[in-house]
Amino acid sequence: MFIRRQLLLAAGAIAAAASVLPVRAEETVKIGLIVPMTGGQASTGKQIDNAIKLYMQQKGDTVAGKKIEIILRDDAAVPDNTKRIAQELIVNEKVNIIAGFGVTPAALAAAPLATQAKVPEIVMAAGTSIITERSPYIVRTSFTLPQSSTIIGDWAVKNGIKKVATLTSDYAPGNDALTSFKEHFVAGGGEIVEEVKVPLANPDFAPFLQRMKDSKPDAVFVFVPAGQGGNFMKQYAERGLDKSGIRVIGPGDVMDDDLLNNMGDAALGAVTAHLYSAAHPSQINKEFVAAYKKAFNNRPGFMAVGGYDGIHLIYEALKKTGGDATGDKLIAAMKGMKWESPRGPISIDPETRDIVQNIYIRKVEKVDGELYNVEFATFEAVKDPGKTKK
Amino acid sequence: MTTLFTILFDGVAYGMLLFVLACGLAVTLGLMNFVNLAHGAFAMAGGYICAVLVNNSGWPFFVALPLAFIASAAIGVVLERTLYRHLYARSHLDQVLFSIGLVFMSVAAVDYIMGSSRVFIKLPAALEGQFDFFGVGIGRYRLMIIVICGLLTVALQLILARTRFGSRLRAAVDDPRAAIGLGINVPQVFAFTFALGCGLAGLGGALSAEILGLDPYFPLKFMIYFLIVVTVGGSSSITGPFLASLLLGIGDVAGKYYVPKMGPFVIYTIMIVILIWRPNGLFGRTAAR
Repeated sequence: MFIRRQLLLAAGAIAAAASVLPVRAEETVKIGLIVPMTGGQASTGKQIDNAIKLYMQQKGDTVAGKKIEIILRDDAAVPDNTKRIAQELIVNEKVNIIAGFGVTPAALAAAPLATQAKVPEIVMAAGTSIITERSPYIVRTSFTLPQSSTIIGDWAVKNGIKKVATLTSDYAPGNDALTSFKEHFVAGGGEIVEEVKVPLANPDFAPFLQRMKDSKPDAVFVFVPAGQGGNFMKQYAERGLDKSGIRVIGPGDVMDDDLLNNMGDAALGAVTAHLYSAAHPSQINKEFVAAYKKAFNNRPGFMAVGGYDGIHLIYEALKKTGGDATGDKLIAAMKGMKWESPRGPISIDPETRDIVQNIYIRKVEKVDGELYNVEFATFEAVKDPGKTKK
Repeated sequence: MTTLFTILFDGVAYGMLLFVLACGLAVTLGLMNFVNLAHGAFAMAGGYICAVLVNNSGWPFFVALPLAFIASAAIGVVLERTLYRHLYARSHLDQVLFSIGLVFMSVAAVDYIMGSSRVFIKLPAALEGQFDFFGVGIGRYRLMIIVICGLLTVALQLILARTRFGSRLRAAVDDPRAAIGLGINVPQVFAFTFALGCGLAGLGGALSAEILGLDPYFPLKFMIYFLIVVTVGGSSSITGPFLASLLLGIGDVAGKYYVPKMGPFVIYTIMIVILIWRPNGLFGRTAAR
């Protein structure tokens, strides 16, 4: 008798627990954040993670009656890991959205899973043009390399730069940057005097830089992955290219706010085209930079902004669907969404689900003893030229 | 013509740097017959110690350099006494597995403590930039590398060939049992040699931060270069790795300058050709005997 009563109690407790659980599950929206937190790309992951934490701190962790839960996983920028983690998150954790993706191969590895599971994939960092074409569930809040590379090509021919030597890292984003720059620069009447692709794991830029110097260009167009920019600028100055009057131009990745201050004065005067500078003179950006600095004791870079806008997009889409986190509804809500980001006005192209944003031409200058990319020209609402070609 | 000299100069500097980084490995592998893949970890340790001293504690660069040597050597002694010693008699496979494990641990540890972004060492202004020497562009920092590494090479050669310690070491390697019988303290000689190799690696790591870049993956990224130097040079003397380093340094820089499209392959092509021609390296063991 006694035992039976206990059993009944236990069964009741289990039933109660079971009835409570699914209700709670419905009230949370789970976001699987897959970014590199270790390895050479770790700064990307840390910035995105920081920015999302900051956003949720500012806006609260509930939206449209749902609690937002972030599940952070480290893929170390290895695509095999990304795929495995994405699968785990979708199947076991039942996440509603996957987000992050530090490098192009990682974003591509998760694309088929997003399609199959009808889970939105929010790309917050990777920048190769083709990514959004790989799944109808991919939306991007970072940038594409052709966006900034074509603009710097247009700007260079119009501003007295006739001969350019190019130095790009030999991998997909590097080649993307090179082709789109070349197309626009040559079409405008510029001449490429030297074209060098450096291996991705390149220890020493010296011989390549010597070659640049000897070809006597007006400027060097540079794209190297984040992290190598500092090494490049040091050796550029060591070799005296700055004193020979050869300018540095390129997409803004090289002059990432994250690394800029450590490059030293060699970076002064470098002109790059990019989507974001911590020195962007809008009120919303000033507040963002101040809050980010206060929270993490560091300056936000363009990767942080990609993460900040990514989580904003998710929040706004949930508001629009009234908390419905079904993949198709979220994607439909995200298409065509417009808002004011710390980087300036941006929107999601309803056709391609890619980002449309202003590209700024900036020059490295010293502000209050620190190096900043100071914006001096704006190209408004730039779509991804990598796609509009078709 | 002047460009040719600039390329040659850069190549020599790069080669010298490779030599200082790799010669410790040549000693442990060639003289002590121990496969130490974790050699790069000691180089990284030296680099980070120098970076912390200069950047965070404000020490002058030239004081931090010898300290990078001493600290790496000290770490080397401790690890040799506690870990490496037990593996001298084991098979090469065990040694490889052990030392590669050590590499991964060092990578993770440095990543955890120092963060994964690249570290630069703040250089004194006197070492920055290039000066013109009859039209040949000479980088000040690279010139300093050549001077330091050149002196080290001469000193090493003298120590091994002319000093009592050198002859003890060679005796201990050739026949440890007989050497013990003659009253040579073999473990002590080995420990000292190991420390010397680690110290040199540490110094090389500190010097290379400016040129090769310093991050937690340093030991993995450059392991291949060290191994190339030792295989091409042969491991029976210091001269072999030295010449191999110079050859690879100049070959790499010249290849990247003159045929940039083939750039990364040049160093491997040189290695393959030399190894086909002399399978034991330029100054191989069997060739010497």
